[in-house]
Amino acid sequence: MNETTTYTTDLKSRLLSSFSQFEKELNGSISSPIHTLRKDALEQFDRLGFPTTKHEEWKYTDIKGLLKQDFDFAPTNNGVSTSVYDVQDLLIPDAEANILIFVNGIYQVGLSKIVSPSQDIIIKDFTEAYTTHASVIDSYFAKFAAYNTNAFVALNTAFAQKGSFIYVPNNKIVEKPVIIYHIADTSVGKPVSMPRNLLVTGKNSQASVVEVYLTKGEGTSFANTVTEIVIQENASLEHIKIQNEGSEAYNIGTTQVYQVRDSKFFSVTISLNGAIVRNDLNIVLDDQNCEANLYGLYMPTGKTHIDNHSLVDHAKPHSYSNELYKGILDGKSTGVFNGKIFVRQDAQKTNAFQSNRNILLSKEASMNTKPQLEIFADDVKCSHGATTGQLDNDMLFYLRSRGISLEKAKALLMHAFAADVVNQIKIEPVRHYIENAITSRLTE
Amino acid sequence: MLSIKNLQANIGDKQILKGLNLEVKAGEVHAIMGPNGSGKSTLASVLAGREDYEVTGGEVLFYGKDLLELSPEERAREGIFLAFQYPIEIPGVSTTNFLKTAVNEVRKARGQEPLDAVQFLTRMKEKMKLVEINQALLSRSLNEGFSGGEKKRNEIFQMAMLEPKLAILDETDSGLDIDALRIVAEGVNKLRTKDNATVVVTHYQRLLDYIIPDFVHVLYQGRIVKSGPKELALELEEKGYDWIKDEVSA
Ligand SMILES: Nc1ncnc2c1ncn2[C@@H]1O[C@H](COP(=O)(O)OP(=O)(O)O)[C@@H](O)[C@H]1O
Ligand SMILES: [Mg+2]
Repeated sequence: MNETTTYTTDLKSRLLSSFSQFEKELNGSISSPIHTLRKDALEQFDRLGFPTTKHEEWKYTDIKGLLKQDFDFAPTNNGVSTSVYDVQDLLIPDAEANILIFVNGIYQVGLSKIVSPSQDIIIKDFTEAYTTHASVIDSYFAKFAAYNTNAFVALNTAFAQKGSFIYVPNNKIVEKPVIIYHIADTSVGKPVSMPRNLLVTGKNSQASVVEVYLTKGEGTSFANTVTEIVIQENASLEHIKIQNEGSEAYNIGTTQVYQVRDSKFFSVTISLNGAIVRNDLNIVLDDQNCEANLYGLYMPTGKTHIDNHSLVDHAKPHSYSNELYKGILDGKSTGVFNGKIFVRQDAQKTNAFQSNRNILLSKEASMNTKPQLEIFADDVKCSHGATTGQLDNDMLFYLRSRGISLEKAKALLMHAFAADVVNQIKIEPVRHYIENAITSRLTE
Repeated sequence: MLSIKNLQANIGDKQILKGLNLEVKAGEVHAIMGPNGSGKSTLASVLAGREDYEVTGGEVLFYGKDLLELSPEERAREGIFLAFQYPIEIPGVSTTNFLKTAVNEVRKARGQEPLDAVQFLTRMKEKMKLVEINQALLSRSLNEGFSGGEKKRNEIFQMAMLEPKLAILDETDSGLDIDALRIVAEGVNKLRTKDNATVVVTHYQRLLDYIIPDFVHVLYQGRIVKSGPKELALELEEKGYDWIKDEVSA
């Protein structure tokens, strides 16, 4: 690297000092309720600082590599015209969907396409939504994602301005999924983005939302995301998060889910690549008869580090959660799975299941798994299990004895292993996209 | 076609094959019998290329080629097929998908065009009849939750699909009721040509009523200690193996 990096102060100071510039960009909306929260979050971020491995929740995820990057932190819309971005070949093919495209955090209205009628679903850039749906945003924004304990959530909240706002009114079944692309264009520097998404599904409604993180170019980027999800009575939401960025991408995000009576949440998190990927998925089942399904697949290779933290908080009785995370780790990659299940004293008749399965393809890859069940109710059914192993030699031999090459045999077994998660994706073009990404990975 | 000379193989430190000789020619059926633990499955595994076994001596030529040099998949492409004594279950891989990959890998190695979906299906349908296996079974995960008999039938079905030159059937008869045994045996017989050969490993004479061997060999303590015509199988059925053991130690 060149010598100009010597002037760089550390990332935290730079972020803190850019806040006043950020406020100027807000053009007077600094008297709004969310701005009070932003300022509060900034203080929290200042107080918390970036976590080190001494922090219990960051024990196995060292972000030093992120902190020493000389990011272009410019919370300005630098006026790049959208037509410059040729992103078509990055997108999921054949998807009949509502499409939102953000490049380096900035909403690209010209590239986006909303197809569902607005009486069924409101899909907007967060900034615009705050002028039209301020009351919805004010009732939910930062109410669930804890910015007083997680520095990245605090940071995101402080700079919350750009992202998606999705609101499904009561009784609406939205047929077409919403696909939100966050593309880091590294050809123009080392971009930082702080996507802030709010998804609210009204009573008896149904929707599917896909978040996709991609990189254009091979350079370094940083996305720090917070997605807050509220699922109201008897509503059902399918949420898919796909990370298929470049090897120098830092992607840290929290998905915070709040569920009430008879609601269903269905989540699939697929992490294929990055420098450091950290997913926090926190679900609060705050009423009876809620259902949460959490599926995850991570396939790090090279030096990629992927950390999945999940928390399922059973606060009330008669709810169900089921979690299955699977990992295929190659190269010198590292993985972390930390799955917490809380069953509160009140939450009798809870059913909570968790499973984490890993395959290590190389001797230098490693996986750190920690299930954490804290159960304070006595009439519950809970289980958890974790395994880490290699591909089964007897299976490989069987396949090879039929003429299938070692490479193809491995690919067949890995596809089969991943299928338990991938097949959970109901949106066909999205599932095919993942299947193809896995295939091209396995035949590299 | 197959020439095994003085083959010796270990698992760990334990020698299991202790100088085994066998010649198989195109068109022939050989039966290998012998008490449990004598090394029959070891021989089958070594021929198919299982890496858990270490070959410490001897040679195996298949059409003049050194078989022991080849990987399991190369052997399969040369035309070796092992019907496993204990077929393994592979969750998440459908039999159909697996076989399509296998058939086309073998074809590719032989310089043939891959079968397209329609051709493959036609071939499947034809071969399914041969062993009376049904479509529903084949669309399930490979052997997962199959009964013992279904697994064995699936082995013979795979053999039919791959059309090997040398098929080694390791105790394909065990776990089959008499009807299934007849179906499987008839399937094997229908696949016989003057250009291929079959090695049937069994310890029951009963299978040999259906698949008539040209030669019967007794494998004992890692060697073939006796060979004879098909009548030898009847003699073994009647008298057991003790007389052979006595002959060997004499
Ligand atoms: N994985 C293994 N580890 C140690 N010994 C083995 C293993 N597999 C087979 N053997 C031993 O090798 C000998 C031959 O076994 P096998 O070839 O299966 O006999 P057969 O098929 O004739 O019954 C037996 O003594 C058996 O215990
Ligand atoms: Mg055996």
